[in-house]
Amino acid sequence: MDFKRIKPYRTPAIHRVGDRPATRALLIGGVLLTTFFVLIAPLSVIFIEAFSAGMAVYAQNLKDGATQHALWLTVLTAIVVVPINIAFGIAAAWAVTKFNFRGKNLLITLIEIPFSVSPIIAGVALLFVYGAQGLFGPALDAADVKIMFALPAIFLASLFVTAPFVARELIPLMQVQGSDDEEAALSLGASGFRMFISVTLPNVKWALVYGAILCNARVMGEFGAVSVVSGNIRGVTNTLPLHIELLYHDYNAVGAFAAATLLASLAVVTIIVRAVVERFDEGRAEVKKRMRPGGH
Amino acid sequence: MPISPPFRTRRVLPGFPLAMGVTLAYLGLIVLLPLLALVLKSLDIGWDQFVNIITSPRTLSAFRVTFLCALGATLFNAVYGLGLAWVLARYDFPGKRILDALVDVPFALPTAVAGLALATLFAKNGWFGAPLAELGITVIFTPIGITVAMAFTTLPFVVRQVQPVLEDISPDVEEAAFTLGAPDSRIFRSVIFPAIFPALLAGCSLAFSRALGEFGAIIFIAGNRPNYSEIAALLTFIRLEEYDYASAAAIATLLLVCALTLLMLTNLLQAWHLRYVGRAD
Repeated sequence: MDFKRIKPYRTPAIHRVGDRPATRALLIGGVLLTTFFVLIAPLSVIFIEAFSAGMAVYAQNLKDGATQHALWLTVLTAIVVVPINIAFGIAAAWAVTKFNFRGKNLLITLIEIPFSVSPIIAGVALLFVYGAQGLFGPALDAADVKIMFALPAIFLASLFVTAPFVARELIPLMQVQGSDDEEAALSLGASGFRMFISVTLPNVKWALVYGAILCNARVMGEFGAVSVVSGNIRGVTNTLPLHIELLYHDYNAVGAFAAATLLASLAVVTIIVRAVVERFDEGRAEVKKRMRPGGH
Repeated sequence: MPISPPFRTRRVLPGFPLAMGVTLAYLGLIVLLPLLALVLKSLDIGWDQFVNIITSPRTLSAFRVTFLCALGATLFNAVYGLGLAWVLARYDFPGKRILDALVDVPFALPTAVAGLALATLFAKNGWFGAPLAELGITVIFTPIGITVAMAFTTLPFVVRQVQPVLEDISPDVEEAAFTLGAPDSRIFRSVIFPAIFPALLAGCSLAFSRALGEFGAIIFIAGNRPNYSEIAALLTFIRLEEYDYASAAAIATLLLVCALTLLMLTNLLQAWHLRYVGRAD
């Protein structure tokens, strides 16, 4: 238990670096100006370009058969990948935070690997497992199972790049929470399953929701890894990000921007959810306080 | 931190075998097996040919472009990221919450969408491209474009590393330095900067590592001319499309080694940085 800290009395005119009005105005102004060019302009140009030919053309672009198919494929990938990722994230966080075992730090590092590895590497690596010249290529070929340049490869690539997303939201939170609640539930006679459903899940629900939303955004937006393994077959294995590139190279910039607005809106929703969760989730505030510095 | 009683040696909570099993199965099948297959493939090529591939002029040029642009992007983000973190941590002003949320845009926005937006902004007739052209600066289809794309996609790393450390610096130490007669510039140099330096380095290392592997945003804006604006990740992709699997494996393995080295470096920096914060408490 932390003792409640009583704020010491401070003289009002405490000196802090950079509090002079001129310095302050210069720094805030400089940062806001740069932010306008670096962040706001790229985000705005997507929507402005998409609607540049009018609402009717925008709607028509979205109704296009190939775009609809790409959207469906992207949604399907998220439906398959996100639940698997959630299950893995919970399992990994449970193993890492509730038990002690040798090699725990190594395990945490392994979970983080996909963050630092280029998505292109993920795609190439999958090719050397399931492709024609890969480890299992001949066997898969003999069994007439198609993984590369088909849906399973898109799922596998997405699972690779998003591996850490849920786990890294849950691990710090569950570390801070400890196991006391779970032990209490067990001592009161709850089964392991009951304890998990009634104690653990409610304790971590916000982190879980947040992790799942981040994972979803990455799955729907993944480009590099998927472009290596999908084969880019128009109307078959083209996900929405790949379709955007295809439209752009077909000199259909307005169509590309129309498709891009779907993904950009998803990004905006993701960021709003993040801001809301940060504000209202006490667990997250607690993690931030204890685990500083957190971040990425 | 609650101290666990010394007599507890048995595992009390259930589910360890299941949780560990699922974790190892996922990591093994999804992450480690492919990486192992990649390394095996490049061992298969033989050392001499591996060296031949990675020292060929086109590969060397791709790695040089990738490293230099990543360095440029990281330097930009070190300065702008530090400024953003400073403004968010120390000042209150209208719109601060929105600015804080905006920092995460590059992580949430798919790289292909970012690439499309940047290529349009910097096109010859784009919002930024047209005025820059008047000044004689071309960004699109040049290494500057690659740097811009890398800087955009790695922007949040430095901010999110430095911001919490800045928020934690106690006003008392600044006040103490001030009462001893130090001017602001000296307080920043001798008190504040040493405290945030490990976090700044960790953020830069994360950003650099991510910039090395970036692909989606870059290919829209780079023009992808061999020996000029072609990055290592794209060269891997091109070798695959040419069915030159040996070269693809060699270049991808080299990128993997760079990424893992940087991951270790970042972990060391973060451990240093945590120690620093621990001591300050």
